[in-house]
Amino acid sequence: MKPIARLIAAAAVAGFAITSASAADLTGAGATFPYPIYAKWAEAYKAKTGIGLNYQAIGSGGGIAQIKAKTVDFGASDKPLSPGELAAAGLTQFPTVIGGVVPVLNVPGIKAGELVLDGATLAQISLGNVKYWDDGSIKKLNPGVNLPHLSIVGVHRSDGSGTNFIFTNYLSKKSPEWASKVGAATSVEWPSGVGAKGNEGIAGVVAQTSGALGYVEYAYAKQKQLAYVRMINHDGVAVSPTAEAFQAASAKTDWAHSASFYVVLTDQVGHDAWPIAGATFILVYKQPGDAAKTKEVLKFFDWAYANGDGLAKSLDYVPLPDSTIAAIKKSWRDNISAAAIP
Amino acid sequence: MNRALYVRRRLVNRMFLALSIAAAGVGMVALGLILGALIVNGVQGLSPDLFTMNTPAPGSRGGLANAIVGSLELNGIAVLIGTPIGILGGTYLAEYGRHTWIAFFVRFANDILLSAPSILIGLFIYELVVAQDVIEELHGFSAIAGAMALAVIVIPVVVRTTENMLLLVPNTLREAAASIGAPRAISIRAVTWRAARAGIVTGVLLALARISGETAPLMFTAFGNPNMSTNLFQPISALPKVIYDFFNSALDDWHRIAWAGALIITATVLTLSVFARLLEGRRS
Amino acid sequence: MADIAVTENIAVTSRARALKRFQASDSIFRWLTGGASFLIMAIFLGILLTLIGGSWLALGKFGWQFLTNSSWNAVTENFGAFPAIYGTLVTSIIAMVLAVPIGIGIAIFLTEICPRSLKRPIGIAIELLAGIPSIIYGIWGLFVFAPYFQTHAQPWIIDLFGNVPIMKDLFAGPPYGFGMFTAGLILAIMVLPFIASVTRDVFETAPAMLKEAAYGTGCTTWEVMWRIVLPFTQAGVVGGCMLALGRALGETMAVTFVIGNSHRIDPSLFAPATTISATIANEFAEAPDDMYKSALIACGLVLMGLTFTVLAAAQLMLRGFERRAGGKA
Repeated sequence: MKPIARLIAAAAVAGFAITSASAADLTGAGATFPYPIYAKWAEAYKAKTGIGLNYQAIGSGGGIAQIKAKTVDFGASDKPLSPGELAAAGLTQFPTVIGGVVPVLNVPGIKAGELVLDGATLAQISLGNVKYWDDGSIKKLNPGVNLPHLSIVGVHRSDGSGTNFIFTNYLSKKSPEWASKVGAATSVEWPSGVGAKGNEGIAGVVAQTSGALGYVEYAYAKQKQLAYVRMINHDGVAVSPTAEAFQAASAKTDWAHSASFYVVLTDQVGHDAWPIAGATFILVYKQPGDAAKTKEVLKFFDWAYANGDGLAKSLDYVPLPDSTIAAIKKSWRDNISAAAIP
Repeated sequence: MNRALYVRRRLVNRMFLALSIAAAGVGMVALGLILGALIVNGVQGLSPDLFTMNTPAPGSRGGLANAIVGSLELNGIAVLIGTPIGILGGTYLAEYGRHTWIAFFVRFANDILLSAPSILIGLFIYELVVAQDVIEELHGFSAIAGAMALAVIVIPVVVRTTENMLLLVPNTLREAAASIGAPRAISIRAVTWRAARAGIVTGVLLALARISGETAPLMFTAFGNPNMSTNLFQPISALPKVIYDFFNSALDDWHRIAWAGALIITATVLTLSVFARLLEGRRS
Repeated sequence: MADIAVTENIAVTSRARALKRFQASDSIFRWLTGGASFLIMAIFLGILLTLIGGSWLALGKFGWQFLTNSSWNAVTENFGAFPAIYGTLVTSIIAMVLAVPIGIGIAIFLTEICPRSLKRPIGIAIELLAGIPSIIYGIWGLFVFAPYFQTHAQPWIIDLFGNVPIMKDLFAGPPYGFGMFTAGLILAIMVLPFIASVTRDVFETAPAMLKEAAYGTGCTTWEVMWRIVLPFTQAGVVGGCMLALGRALGETMAVTFVIGNSHRIDPSLFAPATTISATIANEFAEAPDDMYKSALIACGLVLMGLTFTVLAAAQLMLRGFERRAGGKA
């Protein structure tokens, strides 16, 4: 055994020297929602410039904590930090892509897109006040649909996530009862229903449970072709969750005048706007210790805004409109020290 | 002779033996179901790409090469650090400190460490190594931090099994060694350890099996890396973390790779297990 | 080892030198083992301190009420660990109740009944269960076991106990497929191999002479195992069960996927619940503010305390064994 052990040790020592990760690699951590698109952009960017990006989806809270601890070059969060929080930490934020939440159901006889709900009813269902599918409030919105007398089984995300935040934010806006009883956060105390972990968890439970109503990320609903629900938006129009509807949610938003992009894209004005949308954000220091690294980070996102739309759409993310991108670039110039701007 | 008693004893015997066979049956069935699902799903993801390419971006070709290498490195170092400490600690508890108060407290602390949720161990190493500013080279996510977190999981398992096994070595062996004048250290090494070797190896294998599937402690220590890296002071990829990330996504490609990764981990642990048992069999 | 030298003089001095060398190596060895123990203690204290430091914020706000508070609200920042503690205990108890008899049964099978040729393959097969990554248990539980359980087993069980007084509440409620029972069951399968392999190793150290003597007086196989081998090896068996219990209490991935994740307390075993590890795993990465994180770390501290209590109870039990067996108390 001894000579073999020696051989292994020698190989190990030699092996530790190998690394193809160059020192110029950027590191980022945070939200799980944009992980696929950041990975896709990183791959294309590395092919073009040779600079790699190491992004790990440890959760929005993790992303915020790590950028504060300066163990990564940028943080990523599905929930925007308030201007107060940003100032306290010396950070600035900007959005990258848009996504959103789609309610999905499993009711015998009801196909995808057949059912229509509005925010207030959705809130009442989630509160547990509306217990059956043939309840008056649902019937009113769906006059032609055959609704069975079946219990509604609410399915929610048990793990903290940006999806939760967007969903509860929407419910809080549409229902004062929800806002006071439960509130909006990445993790709340759900008054009723069953918890499942991750999008697959919810999709799995909804698929197994007759009468279930859950909510998943738009990309997931689209790729798995789940039975979605149409929502009545701020303008009173019943919309389906499509890429256009998500983009419409951001089109009329006055990003330029919102302090630090602190906007949640729920219940936005617009004829075609999907009401349960949200953007995901990047956090960097205003006065970064390593200005060169932050410059590389901004260069990466600059490239992504210019060249990454096609990739984003291929993965069912919704790129930001051009007006928003202009506002972002301006905010870079206004907030981040000159040495770090590309 | 009391025939009734005899019959009852035989019946009890038959019943419990049947239950034992049933127990083994339950174990095999559970194993079959889980392995079955693992193989059916994992085989679909197997391909040469898996071992030659790094973890892919969505929609691109890729494999698990960097994750496999990363896991080998992390698990290897963790076992390398943890096993000696574990064996030495277990030896102290069994040989030197058998009925002392110190040993009692260390044993207790060890057992509590055994059931500490691995995410807390990860956080501990994060505070100790990753977030600190004292030693500049160690600041930030690194392979060595990940290996340390895993080592902290390995140590209690090895200590427990080592102590158990050593306690079962009959004192007659120790007395025999002492009677021929063997000093304590040599008697422990050459006699007691050797007698308990099979059990100690089981302990190390159990520990290895445990860390092979751990994600949480690596989240804030090794961090992960989409590229191939073996550098001790840089973030490094790991199979369990990649599997967790890929399962959490909506992409079928990633799911396929994740199942294949899970199959790889299980197959590796099995092979090591078989190998170790064969080695033991040949020697004794 | 000291070799016998030829002349007496050389014998004496080389013997003296050898003895001195042995003394040195003995104390070095003793220090090494002691040092390892010290390191273990240091790691334990380090983790404890990190936990206490991290949970200071939450414990300062809630105090002892943290243990009895059933609310878990991130928005109002009202956190209580009681549902998580309840879930942790119940799932671990279910796991042990199922895994201990089955694990010991497997060990008995392997050592006594199994034909020699099958011993190694079956033994390895059981150990394979230990090698499966815990996340696979979770995924398998979620996608394979829970649906099956929900459609086939649960309704049957709920009907079976439909009118039996206490059991009716224990096994009540809509069949979700997951919940405390499912989680406990999957935990049982996970810890089974620990108990089985450690118990088997321990059984094999039972001196053949003892067993033969028992057979010689006419004992049946079962009686030999139950009255001779198990008592002889009970410390080792309990040790294996400790390993298993430790795993069950702290297990995260396997439980998180199937426990239903609800911070509510329900008498039914089929109801969704949560455990401390599952709560931390699910919520730590996304916890945005310090109070929330602190509450989660406080849960970790509670788990340490829980483990401490359980282990102390086990120690007392072991002492009882030893005393009854005539050993040192």
